[in-house]
Amino acid sequence: MALERAEVEHIAALARIGLTEEELETFREQLSDILEQFERLTQLDTRSVTPTGHAVELATVMRDDVPEPPLNPEDTLRNAPRRQADFFRVKAVLEE
Amino acid sequence: MQYETVIGLEVHVQLQTRSKMFCGCPADYQNAPANSRVCPVCLGLPGALPVINRKAVEYTIMTGLALGCRIPGYSKFDRKNYPYPDLMKGYQVSQYDLPLAEEGALEIDLDGAAKSVGVMRVHLEEDAAKLQHFPEAAGDAYSLVDVNRAGVPLMEVVSAPDLRSPEEARAYLVTLHSIMQYLGVSSANMQDGNFRCDANVSLRPAGSAEFGTRTEVKNMNSFRAVYLALNYEVERQQRILEDGGRIVQETRGWVEERGVTVSQRSKEHAHDYRYFPEPDLPPLAVAAGWVEEIRRRLPELADRRKARFIEEYGLPRYDADLLTGTRAMADYFEAALALRPPAGPDTKTFAKNVSNWMLGDLSRLMNLENRDITEVRVTPAHLVELLALIDAGTLSGTIAKTVLEEAFTSGAEPAKIVREKGYSQINDSSVVEAAVAQALADNPQAVADYVKGKETAARFLVGQVMKLTRGQAKPELALELVQAGLVAIRDAEGTP
Repeated sequence: MALERAEVEHIAALARIGLTEEELETFREQLSDILEQFERLTQLDTRSVTPTGHAVELATVMRDDVPEPPLNPEDTLRNAPRRQADFFRVKAVLEE
Repeated sequence: MQYETVIGLEVHVQLQTRSKMFCGCPADYQNAPANSRVCPVCLGLPGALPVINRKAVEYTIMTGLALGCRIPGYSKFDRKNYPYPDLMKGYQVSQYDLPLAEEGALEIDLDGAAKSVGVMRVHLEEDAAKLQHFPEAAGDAYSLVDVNRAGVPLMEVVSAPDLRSPEEARAYLVTLHSIMQYLGVSSANMQDGNFRCDANVSLRPAGSAEFGTRTEVKNMNSFRAVYLALNYEVERQQRILEDGGRIVQETRGWVEERGVTVSQRSKEHAHDYRYFPEPDLPPLAVAAGWVEEIRRRLPELADRRKARFIEEYGLPRYDADLLTGTRAMADYFEAALALRPPAGPDTKTFAKNVSNWMLGDLSRLMNLENRDITEVRVTPAHLVELLALIDAGTLSGTIAKTVLEEAFTSGAEPAKIVREKGYSQINDSSVVEAAVAQALADNPQAVADYVKGKETAARFLVGQVMKLTRGQAKPELALELVQAGLVAIRDAEGTP
C-alpha cells in the first residue's frame, strides 16, 4: 500500500517532526514498505486468535495504594530547560 | 422546524486514592507546593516504569457495578497520543477498546417520572499536569507547569446520547454525583475539579433517527454552569439551523462571565490520537471472584435508601429526597434515629420529627453559614436530646429553635444550654396566669375587640403573654389561660 505525501505530512505533524521535501519522499517510501509487510500479514487467518494486548505473558500486575516519598522539588527541577520559581516554564501553547 | 436536542455527557471523576495511578506519589495535590508530588514515573522520565494502583481499579469496577455495567474479564491500558505541555510523556495512559466496565445505565428522576440513561463505558486513565497561562507577557507568552496533578487516577464515565434536554443532563449529573459520593470513590467536588463534565450536543429534526453534527462543550465548573452552557449551546445551534446554516464540529468552551460558548479551534486538528496498547503495562485479567467481592461491598445507594426511608420510616417523598441528597445527610439522619429513646415516640413519629428539624431549622442554619452537614457542630445525639426536651415539656418549639441556634454556634449540648441560660418552658400556671393578667390589663382595646366578637384578638394577647415570659410560657397553657380570662370578662359584662 503506497502512502500519499499528504499522509506522511500529517503523521509528521502529529509527531511534531519537521521534514524536508527529500525526507518526505524517503519516509513515504519506507513507511509504504512497512505497511506492505503488514498487509502480507493480514493474509493469515487469525479468526481464532485473541488480539495480543501485550508481548509479554504477564497479566494483572498491581500494587497496593500506599504513598511513597516523592522527589525533592530541587531534583525534579534540576534539569528543567527553563524554570520559574518551582514551576517548569514552557512556551505558551494556548487554547483560546 | 421542530428540533430534538441530543446530549451525551463525559464525566471525569478523580478517584480518592492515597497514591497516584501508576506511581507511589501522594495523590493529595490540591494544596501541595508546586512540583512536590512527583517522581520519575509521573514526570515521564526515560526508563521509569508504571505500576497499576489496585485501589483505583477497584473503585472503577465498583462504579461500574453501581451503574449496572458488565465487567469484562479482560481489560488493558492504551496510550492516547497528543503533544501538549500538560502531558509529560507526550501521551496519556488511558483505556481505548477494552474499558473496565461497559454497557450500564443510570436511572434519573424527572419530576417523578423515571428515565433510564445508557452508560456506554467506565474507564480508567491518568490526570494531566496543571498549566497556568501567561499570555500577556511582553513578547513571549508562556505557561508554568505544575506536575503534581499528573498521574492522579481519573475515571471517565461516558453516557449514551440519551439525554434530550439540559434539564435531563443536569438530573443525570446530579444523580451520578450522588452515586460517587455514596460509593466514597471520589470527593466529587466540582469547584475543586475532581468531578468534571464535558458535553456533546447536537440537534436533529424531531422524529429523525440520524444524529446532527455535534459540538463538544467544556469548561463547566458547576451543575448550574452545565445547565446554562447547554441551554446556550442548544439555542445557538437552533438559530444556526433555522437560518439555514450548518453546525461546525468543534470544541467550544463555556465562558461563565459572558454566558456564552466560544470556539476553541486550535484543538480541532489534534483529534488524531493514534491509540495503541501501552507496552509498559501488562493487561488486566479481572477475576470474577474479585468482582463479586467488590459487589458485596457496594453500599446502599441514594435511590434504594430513599425508597427505604419512605417504606420503613413512613417519610413523605419530599423528605426522603432531601435526606438522601448526600450520603452524609442520610447517615446523620439514621444516626439520630438509632438514638431514639425507648420511652419516646414510635419510630415513624420520631423519624418525621428528626426530618422536620433537619430539613427545617438545621438546614436553614447550614445555608446561612454555608456549611454542609459534615461541618455541623450539632451532633445527631444533640438533636435527639433537643427533641427529648421538647417531648418532656421542658422546651417549647419556639425556645427549642433558639437553643438549636446556640448549639449550632457553640457546639454545646442542648441540655447544658437550657440549664445555663434558664431556657426551660414555664409550665407553672400561676406564673403564666400572672403574665395573662398583665397582658389583659395592658391591652384594653384587644379585650374590648374580643368582647365585641373579634375572636382573633385572643391570638394577639397570647403573643403578648409570650413576650412577657420571653417566649418561655407553654404556648398551650398561655392560650388556655388567655381564653379563660377573656371569657370571664365577657361573661361579667354580659350579665349586668
